[in-house]
Amino acid sequence: MKFPVDRDTRRRWFDVFMSGAALVCVGLALLPLGSILMEAFVRGAPALTPNFLTQPSLLGGIANAIQGTFILIGLTSLVALPVGILTGIYLSEFGKGRIGVVVRFFVDVMTQTPSVVVGIFAYSFVLTLALSGLVPRTLVFSVISGTIALSTIMIPIVARTSEDALRLVPTSAREAALALGIPRYRTILRVVLPSCASALVTGGLLGIARIGGETAPLLLTLGSSREFFSGLDQPIAAMPTQVYQFAIAPSLAENQAAWGASLILVLLMLGISIASRAVIRLRAVKR
Amino acid sequence: MDKVSAWYGEKLAIQEIVLDFEEHAVTGIIGPSGCGKSTLIRCLNRMHETIPKARVEGQVLLDGQDIYGLPAVSVRRRIGMVFQKPNPFPTMSIYENVAAGLRLNGERDRKKLDQAVLDSLKQAALWEEVKDSLDKSGASLSGGQQQRLCIARALAVRPEVLLMDEPCSALDPIATAKIEDLIFDLKKDYTLVIVTHNMQQAARVAETTAFMYLGKVVEVNNTRELFERPRESLTESYITGRFG
Repeated sequence: MKFPVDRDTRRRWFDVFMSGAALVCVGLALLPLGSILMEAFVRGAPALTPNFLTQPSLLGGIANAIQGTFILIGLTSLVALPVGILTGIYLSEFGKGRIGVVVRFFVDVMTQTPSVVVGIFAYSFVLTLALSGLVPRTLVFSVISGTIALSTIMIPIVARTSEDALRLVPTSAREAALALGIPRYRTILRVVLPSCASALVTGGLLGIARIGGETAPLLLTLGSSREFFSGLDQPIAAMPTQVYQFAIAPSLAENQAAWGASLILVLLMLGISIASRAVIRLRAVKR
Repeated sequence: MDKVSAWYGEKLAIQEIVLDFEEHAVTGIIGPSGCGKSTLIRCLNRMHETIPKARVEGQVLLDGQDIYGLPAVSVRRRIGMVFQKPNPFPTMSIYENVAAGLRLNGERDRKKLDQAVLDSLKQAALWEEVKDSLDKSGASLSGGQQQRLCIARALAVRPEVLLMDEPCSALDPIATAKIEDLIFDLKKDYTLVIVTHNMQQAARVAETTAFMYLGKVVEVNNTRELFERPRESLTESYITGRFG
């Protein structure tokens, strides 16, 4: 058979075409992200006054919600990072048998549970405890209640990402350490974990990004507060719930505040992500 | 070792192996791929059992004591191992790699660590090449250097026996020659067992050679005898290249 153009030329054109197609797809994927950022900027920026950023919502600001989100992220990370990473270690290093399969299955199911269900779970869990008198009733709508809900969401994410991260560490690294007479637990802590530190951090970040924007479970567990943090057993505000409250409020000013709060929330998440990546890079350079 | 058998799940890999290893000498183990050489050597420092579902029976005596009656961790400190592929710890520097065995077993005395790193790197004939770059990553070295780094790392914990599982199979001839010279020097202080599928290598470095086939030791003898006057016809056909 004869072609009008030779094979190499066809291949080159095909290459150009495919590269172009890939570029267009990247553009399409970035479009929604870009328009969200744009919209949040255009509509939210006018709401950003010094007052808005420093006052609690009682005085028309969102400072208490920012504070609340940081507290919730902090507490949840405190619970979910150790539990999640330990679960990941178990799944990757020990969970070869049937128990491992069962645990992995439940972790997977938990990852896919709609967050509103998790919210109802946490709410009714604390409510049941409160009704039976095991914990004070104030706990039903409180920081603790919210932390329980968010931890339930974050633990399986961290567990799964850290399992994957640990599995990527080659067996030869583990064998090298074991063959030196280093005990198993120390092999894992000092050789395996450091080898996948950046992947673990990424997993943690993924978890934080996920819970930082969760709204439904918080609506069910935080209660409502228009002031700064006043105790772990007290209601608290958080950014996503604040956005929700501003958005459904029947006043134009508050609707605009919703955009402002959205903008801050997006920037917050972006900031956390960039900051922790920078930390990893700094550590890597030191080596 | 006395009547040692090892399994992977249901699969029997080596069967009732009886073998003696001479002190301060090199014992070579040769045989075709899959004959159980690596399994055998991994039974000698209890690394076989780190594989899920793997199982060992029989006795391995070190100075008259069965290592399967001792804690695995202390056995592995007395019987070091070098693997087929160089496997330095990727997140550690050259210094940290060599010091790892001591440090992760609780040694903190900086002077002792420095001394051990210096001695081990010298013993592994790597000191001259890396003395100015001890804080560089172990992974930045060439393949042959990495393997010598792994040998230094194994030596740093002062083992009595050093096992080598095809230590040169991932290396070029020049690096291989360096490791072989090293093996020659090391037997003054250590008892060595080396698995190799390279018969010339066994002939060059080992005093005693064992030929394995299908999970059994077919013949053990003085290396020269084994290669020049094999008693078993199976051995003869393997070393003359008729199979394997």
